[in-house]
Amino acid sequence: MSELLVPFGYDYMVKAMWVSALVGATCAFLSAFLMLKGWSLMGDALGHSIVPGVAGAYLLHLPYALGAFFAGLLAALGMAFVRSQTRLREDAIIGLVFTSFFAAGLLMVSINPTSVNVQSIVLGNILGISDEDARQVVIISVVTLAVLLLKWKDLMAVFFDEGHARSVGLNAGWLKILFFTLLSAAVVAALQTVGSCLVIAMVVTPGATAYLLTDRFQRLLVIAVAIGTLTSLIGAYLSFFLDGATGGVIVTLQTLTFLAAFYFAPKHGVLAARRKAAISGGRP
Amino acid sequence: MPTAVGEASRRGLVASLSVRGVTVAYPNGTVALRDASFELGPGTICGLVGINGSGKSTLFKAIMGFLSPTAGDIRIAGLAAREAQRRHLVAYVPQSEDVDWNFPVLVDDVVMMGRYGHMGFLRMPTPTDRRKVDEALDRVGMTAFRRRQIGELSGGQRKRVFLARALAQEGLVILLDEPFTGVDVKTETAIVDLLRELKAQGHLVLVSTHNLGSVPDFCDQVVLVLRTVLAAGPTATTFTQANLERTFGGVLRHFRLEGQELHADDDRRSVTVLTDDERPVVFYGERKASDRPRGRSGEDKS
Ligand SMILES: Nc1ncnc2c1ncn2[C@@H]1O[C@H](COP(=O)(O)OP(=O)(O)OP(=O)(O)O)[C@@H](O)[C@H]1O
Ligand SMILES: [Mg+2]
Repeated sequence: MSELLVPFGYDYMVKAMWVSALVGATCAFLSAFLMLKGWSLMGDALGHSIVPGVAGAYLLHLPYALGAFFAGLLAALGMAFVRSQTRLREDAIIGLVFTSFFAAGLLMVSINPTSVNVQSIVLGNILGISDEDARQVVIISVVTLAVLLLKWKDLMAVFFDEGHARSVGLNAGWLKILFFTLLSAAVVAALQTVGSCLVIAMVVTPGATAYLLTDRFQRLLVIAVAIGTLTSLIGAYLSFFLDGATGGVIVTLQTLTFLAAFYFAPKHGVLAARRKAAISGGRP
Repeated sequence: MPTAVGEASRRGLVASLSVRGVTVAYPNGTVALRDASFELGPGTICGLVGINGSGKSTLFKAIMGFLSPTAGDIRIAGLAAREAQRRHLVAYVPQSEDVDWNFPVLVDDVVMMGRYGHMGFLRMPTPTDRRKVDEALDRVGMTAFRRRQIGELSGGQRKRVFLARALAQEGLVILLDEPFTGVDVKTETAIVDLLRELKAQGHLVLVSTHNLGSVPDFCDQVVLVLRTVLAAGPTATTFTQANLERTFGGVLRHFRLEGQELHADDDRRSVTVLTDDERPVVFYGERKASDRPRGRSGEDKS
């Protein structure tokens, strides 16, 4: 029994758990919006797009999170801009923009090698996170969550029907920039916990899972955030026993929640569909 | 009960629309409207009539500020399109809703979004907002469906939801792009009654339609478009056979029954039936170019 409480005896474990939970909540909140727009892959794209920012920040002796944030924001706005100017689909635009950024980043790194630990960017390193980095992550997450809590209805209106949102006096352009800013910030924060490879899971899975469970956006947000928070908290905790791979554990938990919803969701789940088919006359 | 129009007039705003010399081009170079002009005032229902591709929807989009005119000027209640939007003065129901029908919102939520302009920073609905939503849903007969996810509705029902959203919005100016296509007769009658009420309250309603027959029934003004505004003014003087023939060219189905075919006496008047869609407009009189329109919403097509 006391074996299970061991992680709580280590400061770094306690810190890892609640920082992960905070990041999980933030990413989950954003995931609800991304999924609805077909922008889910943007999380992954931004994770790669930050590379030139990191390299540039290193060159200019700036904090690397700052460079990462600006590169991410630039990429997100670039995607939004190309979207508004062409009829290309989301997937093509996202692929186009992020590969350009990634290539530019690789070029910069090859010309001017950085000392940033690439592995910690790719895999994340929440268990070894410094106090300084932890503080950064917490500030980003708290600000992002606060803004989302205040403005989620406006963002929902813009995401649902931009023309109408404008007609009721919302500033759609400004709200979209706000959203991408928050997204870029959250991606940078998530990078330090789960790493760029798994950021995408953090900004897709909770929203997708919640989508199966409700038809109301407000509930979808609550469910997604609950899933994001709990899986991150528990994942960080479990990773103590599994020796390290925090990101992997968190995302595995999220995947398991998704599978559970996929089968057991009361309205949109596989079992519910079978049951309904059986009731309505048994066509398979 | 204070009306939206009353409230606006206290702020010095009058429901009016002024389109002057407006030219609108699409990115591909199509000039959909050229040098279009007309003026409308409060307490009006104006019918917008023209063939497919004549520029009706384009005009709506220009008024909403979704397309910017390459020339000319559009004023809503004396304000530029952007400013009118900021003050949520214009409610718009597009011809076809370009929304994701799988979006997790209920009918209720959609109509409530029409109230956002009236709400505070956090968009917390007040009892007034809830009442307006109830009323709007009731008006379009969608109360029974209010807890449905929007994708779980039929085409006509979806249309009614977006109409309810526009009603709840209480814009001074209300733009309806073909609200009657795809809705049943009962709903159509209900919508027309509704428009009359809005007019009585001082709103300005601009509605595009292909039901020529019902235009004289409920529109007091008409705007005829064919890549420009061909004619605009009171229905009685503008919605004439001559103007309609110009607007529709050879596209209209055109039936003419001479006096002799109708009756044995030597009454030389004839019946002319013009139809663009299911509802023909019928002209009766001595000569072809009668200037007395008489709409009839008959089902008989011949
Ligand atoms: N997005 C677009 N890009 C380029 N041209 C367009 C676009 N939308 C419409 N057009 C063209 O502009 C003209 C006016 O179109 P509009 O949609 O305003 O017609 P409409 O009067 O609403 O017709 P309908 O009765 O079919 O609804 C047409 O010639 C059409 O082909
Ligand atoms: Mg149209």
